[in-house]
Amino acid sequence: MLIIKCPWCGDRDETEFSYGGEADIKRPVAPEALSDEEWGDYLFMRKNTKGVFKEQWNHSAGCRRWFIVERDTVNYDIKATYKF
Amino acid sequence: MQKNRLKSGGHIQRDDILNFTFNGKKLQAYKGDTLASALLANDIKIVGRSFKYHRPRGIFSCGPEEPNAILQVGSGSRTEAGLKATQVELYDGLIASSEKGWPSLHFDVAIINDWLSKMFGAGFYYKTFMYPAKFWKLYEYFLRKMAGFGYAPDENDPDYYSHHNEHCDLLIVGAGPAGIMSALVASQSGANVIIVDEKEKFGGKLLYSDEKIDNTVAIEWVERAQAELEKAPNVKCLKRSTAFGYYDYNFLTVCERYTDHSPETTVNSPRQKLWRIRTQSVVLAQGAFERPLVFSNNDRPGVMLASAVSEYIKRFAVLPGRNIAIFTNNDSAYQTAIDLKNAGVDSIIIIDSRPENSSAATIKTNELNIEVKFCSVVTNVQGSNKVEGIEIAKLNSETGLHDNELIYRDCDLLAISGGWSPAVHLHSQSGGRNAWSEKLHCFIPKNTHQKNTSVGSSNGFWGLKDCLEDAKKRTSEMLTDLGYELSEKISFDVEENNYVSMSPLWRVNDGKDPESHPKQFIDYQNDTSVSDIFQAVREGYKNIEHVKRYTALGFGTDQGKLGNINGMAILAEVLNKPIADIGTTTFRPAYTPVSFGVCAGQEIGEFFDPIRKTAIHDFHENQTSPFELVGQWLRPWYFPTQNETIENAVKRECLAVRNSLGIMDASTLGKIDIQGKDALNFLERIYTHDVSKMAIGQCAYGIMLGEDGMIKDDGVMTRMAENHFYLTTTTGGAASVMSWLEQWHQTEWPDLDVYLTSLTEQLSTIVLAGPNSRKVLKKLMVTGIDKESMKFMTFVKSKIDDIDVDIFRVSFSGELAFEINVDSNYALHLWNILIEAGKEYEITPYGTETMHVLRAEKGFIIVGQDTDGSINPEDAGLGWMLSRKKDFIGKRSLLREDSIRNDRKQLVGLLSLDGKTVIPEGAQIIRKGAHKKPIPMYGHVSSSYYSPVLGHPIAMAMIESGRDRHGEEFLAVASCGTEIEVKVVNPVFYDPSGERQNVE
Repeated sequence: MLIIKCPWCGDRDETEFSYGGEADIKRPVAPEALSDEEWGDYLFMRKNTKGVFKEQWNHSAGCRRWFIVERDTVNYDIKATYKF
Repeated sequence: MQKNRLKSGGHIQRDDILNFTFNGKKLQAYKGDTLASALLANDIKIVGRSFKYHRPRGIFSCGPEEPNAILQVGSGSRTEAGLKATQVELYDGLIASSEKGWPSLHFDVAIINDWLSKMFGAGFYYKTFMYPAKFWKLYEYFLRKMAGFGYAPDENDPDYYSHHNEHCDLLIVGAGPAGIMSALVASQSGANVIIVDEKEKFGGKLLYSDEKIDNTVAIEWVERAQAELEKAPNVKCLKRSTAFGYYDYNFLTVCERYTDHSPETTVNSPRQKLWRIRTQSVVLAQGAFERPLVFSNNDRPGVMLASAVSEYIKRFAVLPGRNIAIFTNNDSAYQTAIDLKNAGVDSIIIIDSRPENSSAATIKTNELNIEVKFCSVVTNVQGSNKVEGIEIAKLNSETGLHDNELIYRDCDLLAISGGWSPAVHLHSQSGGRNAWSEKLHCFIPKNTHQKNTSVGSSNGFWGLKDCLEDAKKRTSEMLTDLGYELSEKISFDVEENNYVSMSPLWRVNDGKDPESHPKQFIDYQNDTSVSDIFQAVREGYKNIEHVKRYTALGFGTDQGKLGNINGMAILAEVLNKPIADIGTTTFRPAYTPVSFGVCAGQEIGEFFDPIRKTAIHDFHENQTSPFELVGQWLRPWYFPTQNETIENAVKRECLAVRNSLGIMDASTLGKIDIQGKDALNFLERIYTHDVSKMAIGQCAYGIMLGEDGMIKDDGVMTRMAENHFYLTTTTGGAASVMSWLEQWHQTEWPDLDVYLTSLTEQLSTIVLAGPNSRKVLKKLMVTGIDKESMKFMTFVKSKIDDIDVDIFRVSFSGELAFEINVDSNYALHLWNILIEAGKEYEITPYGTETMHVLRAEKGFIIVGQDTDGSINPEDAGLGWMLSRKKDFIGKRSLLREDSIRNDRKQLVGLLSLDGKTVIPEGAQIIRKGAHKKPIPMYGHVSSSYYSPVLGHPIAMAMIESGRDRHGEEFLAVASCGTEIEVKVVNPVFYDPSGERQNVE
């Protein structure tokens, strides 16, 4: 079970958090200008990184803030956590 | 009569006789026995049948690695399957039975599997029971009967369990010599220490050792150390506690057993406790497992690990044989010969696969006149229900193959030792790697991933002195690293045997195909034999992980304790590769089995999930309303008068709302307050309609979509002020919508000035619905709600009985209705005022069932009932709510190819043709007369009720191209097989023009 450092609250057990998937998925500014494929990429396609991965976590049973975690998907080492 | 009990010795209490039964047979043993030692004392040879071949099996070991004596223990509600007799402490009245063997343990008809074992090699089940697919049910019935893995109790567990969270600086797993030494060092450092051991006493292998520490017998040193540790304020000693899981960030789970050793007599105690320990560092002192040797019929009852024989003699005063052979490739088994001699056994022979040597062990056995055959191996065991004799052959140490010339020798017990393997389970679970040691011929921990260290025999130090030195050194290093100063020096003086030399013998081999010999077992619990490994390689499996799965090597509760290393070495031989290249399989929690009870702890029954009650709950309870669980909320389902059926109650409630006045507690609706100068901008992106068109004081029905274009939630949105909105969500969606909105705001649009606040519990909502609802409010002198001044879908702030209220003229029933929001502290008071005032209109409280009927009569959907995450607004008939002027979440997805195809399922109404039958919800819609399979499915019924106001049943359904099919007839088929003829109609059944809003 991970210990995650919430940028607002400090180190907490993983059970206080919920996972929000890959970070840095930017919502397109003009969705209607995109092809179905481009929109599908934004909507469905996610990286399956082996190594350090930027992801979103929410301190859902705490301060309820979303933040970014850089986590190694091989050994679960958390390299950094920071605010949006 | 305990036939195998020695007159003296052991740590048992001979004056405390315990009665127990095994397979119905009444037996006696002593306090201090395990179930295994008690069975051996009573000369019980067969304790189980093997997994696949149903071969008779006896007790093989003395610890958690036991592969055979896996028993059903206890009776009634406390019966438990899969317990290892070696780990069960005996108590008076214990009832045990073997899990396998039908019709009986001694005559098992499935032994035929053994006679036909050539057919039953690796992959037999995969290959045989594939075809024909529909026969699987039949196969399964017999396979389960034959597998016979014990049974679960069919009553509730009478015991309770607890959880405990703990933090410490150093957790020590195992209280054998290394663990104790580690704890002594740590105790003096002042660090916060927990030491756990699975036995009821500390000591590990020292519990049956002749060696001396500080000039006293090891066991006395252990007792002194344990007393010292138990006194130390910074050390917590957990006995009968197994660390079974090692997770990320030094999080370990420990199961402590309080009452298992006397389940009926201990009161006011949890049965087991789950310790959830987060620690700075871990010392792993789990010890090592002795390996079996691999030769034909090495599984016969009476073949045991050599160290287990010693442990039974010295801890339990049990001598499981009289005429004993010891087969070994190492020195440690010589200790067993010495222990046997000391216990008075005269007939002992050691068969040693190594050439003659003059180690301390051989000198000692020589002194005791114990016969040793060097360069020899046991090739086969005679006897089937018990060991009757062995076949011995000379081993050619050049080729590693044995001669064909066999010597036969009688014996009733064969003790075997194939060397030792460190228990690397927790180290591996923690992410650490293991490396093959060419010197020690075992895998030892290497490259820890988390802050831990393996010490003693867990780290490959077999001799007592080395073991203690290693523990001391590594624990000191760990503590220094944690910043503790070590003041006192611990010194100790050891008188050890140091019987550690070993030379590998992975299997007894004469160079012929292993198929030509009787089975040579590698993993007893899973019936994996040498020929299975050969077969796996022959069929193309080369990776240890694949071979493991194909042959079941190390599966189940064995988890690689007993046979894994021999299996890997034999695989290496077959593949002609070094063992180091084979690697280990993955070790996973749990190290030993853990009860479901202790995992659940106290979060069962009423504590399984929190219950939420509205502020008006007391009223509902006084009305003895049955409750419906919605999310975590208890909502009144309906309000029966005396002996009223649900049908009659719902009918009465529905008609009351349609004809006069109903009142409902809608407090569970999700309520979100949104403020900030970008509130409008934010909501424009979330909702599908044009929010900017809403005037202040106006309400609007709103839907929000996921980015995939599917309906996510719905509710009413109200513009309270220029930059102030109030939203309602579905009861079930309240929390998820709130966090979803926060996610968009915080991660995608942090620049927007918006504040989201949940008001779900702060505000209560009372709905007054029915043509007389305004009259009641007027009677209470409520201002601002006149027909002229308060239009449909508007909101006013007002007062009732001097209480501030927000009144919304919205309707989920189609009738004139007012939703009244009030501070929850006043909710019950206000409710009672409304009930009193409504008496002249026969005000009728109604529950969720009536609410559902009323909304279905109007064709209003319920998100999550009529939608399922695959329904977009067009499908639900809500295309009119989609703004063309702006972008909103999910809009682009509505243009995807799949969203615009014309055969999507669409919301329709359904009427049963006979006008009487209520169609079961979930019924599938097919064409009448469609018989040719596969029968095309057109859709399903999502909501269905009897409509009291219309006098006939109504239903809502999602049907392919449904809006083009009004008037068409179909067949609705329920899961029970009932077929009902139905007609597709418009989903608005009642008052389609909305006239009923216009009453006074």
